[in-house]
Amino acid sequence: MSHSATASATPAPSHDDSQQHPIRLYLVVWVWLFILSVGSYMVDILQFRGLLRWGLILALMLLKAGLIVSIFMHMRWERLALSYAILVPPVLILVFVALMALEANYTQLTRVLFLNSGT
Amino acid sequence: MSTKVQTVDGDAVAFYDLDPHEHPAHGSTMLGFWLYLMSDCLIFATLFAIYGVLGGNFAAGPSPADLFNLPLVAVSTGALLLSSITYGFAMLEMEQNKQGSTQLWLAITGVLGAVFPGLTLYEFYHMIHEGAVPQRSAFLSSFFVLVGTHALHVTFGIIWLVTLMVQIGQRGLVPANQVRVQCLSMFWHFLDVIWIGVFTVVYLMGMLR
Repeated sequence: MSHSATASATPAPSHDDSQQHPIRLYLVVWVWLFILSVGSYMVDILQFRGLLRWGLILALMLLKAGLIVSIFMHMRWERLALSYAILVPPVLILVFVALMALEANYTQLTRVLFLNSGT
Repeated sequence: MSTKVQTVDGDAVAFYDLDPHEHPAHGSTMLGFWLYLMSDCLIFATLFAIYGVLGGNFAAGPSPADLFNLPLVAVSTGALLLSSITYGFAMLEMEQNKQGSTQLWLAITGVLGAVFPGLTLYEFYHMIHEGAVPQRSAFLSSFFVLVGTHALHVTFGIIWLVTLMVQIGQRGLVPANQVRVQCLSMFWHFLDVIWIGVFTVVYLMGMLR
């Protein structure tokens, strides 16, 4: 947190240290965001197929989101406890979504196997 | 029988601070705002899940390949990314207590931000004009809700930005206004992150499906 009064031998960098990440860092991140966005379009233009296509699209999306959250939203300079408190729940949600998707596929499979047998 | 807990030095252990002390002003504001953003994130997670389930149900209606215009989406993405860096410049100027240039960068951010809902409305208008209305198919219902909710957020962000500029104009870069600028910065960049998700899941994956 930016105005934390927590005493520590090695205090975590805060927003007050933001003079140390000058305009150059913002510009570098911004250029990378554009490069990654162009990369997303290139996946379409170059007609990648299969796992490579979806893997690249998702990887580029996560990279862009990660850059914005870590640099523009200052997560990189937050305390580790806060970073975990913010980042772990969405990851857990993704795990739950994956579990639900697996369960949904299984339910659909059983319905196809057993409920369609009479028709 | 009682047990007295002591420190190594023989002092009584203090489990809590009895002396009155002050917390720094706005010390918990950013944490609270992160919590708000996460709750907003849940709203979008729900809308993304709805789109994920219904996005393939075209009901013999138009599909993403028939409707979406990737160059237009590229302009929207460019405007939003550009507004992110201009907001970053506003933050840097604020940290140096330069009120005039902070206001200037905030104004530029607002103008670039306004391009975004403008283009979204333009896209919606053309889709509706072609008969691709929300009630046409489950895909279109979920599309309009997801993209519309994001555009509404950007619109509210612009209203907040203008309000903040008026506050800074009246009271200057006082600590309270600085915290507000930081909060709006988080909100603005959060919308950027959501847009990256919308762009990837709705537009890019929709066109490549």
